[in-house]
Amino acid sequence: MLTISRELVDKIIAHARADHPDEACGVVAGPIGSDSPERFVAMENAERSPTFYRFDSLEQLRVWREMDDLDEEPVIIYHSHTATEAYPSRTDISYASEPNAHYVLVSTREELGEKAEFRSYRIVDGVVNEEEVTITLG
Amino acid sequence: MAIEIRIPTILRTYTDGAKAVDAKGATLQELIDDLEAGHPGLKDRLIDKGALRRFVNVYLNDEDVRFLGGLETPVADGDTVTVLPAVAGGAR
Repeated sequence: MLTISRELVDKIIAHARADHPDEACGVVAGPIGSDSPERFVAMENAERSPTFYRFDSLEQLRVWREMDDLDEEPVIIYHSHTATEAYPSRTDISYASEPNAHYVLVSTREELGEKAEFRSYRIVDGVVNEEEVTITLG
Repeated sequence: MAIEIRIPTILRTYTDGAKAVDAKGATLQELIDDLEAGHPGLKDRLIDKGALRRFVNVYLNDEDVRFLGGLETPVADGDTVTVLPAVAGGAR
């Protein structure tokens, strides 16, 4: 289960909308082992593509080091799908490389209108498990 | 001459859980070959058909080795090599 604040959900959705129709991506860091997403970090999509995302490699190094220094880990790795549902694609599954992370997908596809779809998954060794999302106030 | 290589979580099964390991060599290629001797299987996760895997980022200090000399990049005592799996995916 992913437990996340309304404020962080809103930030992730706002980022997805701002970069639409390109895919948006980023992480929410939290203390190692806490499973608690706290620090929102929007990342550059180096691909600037509506169908693909990849963290900019130098930005990723900087952010990963920063997390290391703060004893944090990527609790959430998020990205958006801008024309399809918020479900991990084959590419998402094959490149998923953080077994401890919640993979959050947001869909900003047109038919949803004002609503955005926000779903969370565990992806370990090529196996996808959707999980419940509990949104807290604050 | 030992150079520290920082290993990401997903590859620590090859290093008995160690976050960083030491290896020797004058180039990144030699370093990875030396790493393989002590941690069999790791090389295959970094290199495919003689080139760095596309979805693995390898950094020498603060630079992505793709912008340096790739596997031929010279390394020296005191350098730090960091391995990070690329974070990537897409709608297809």
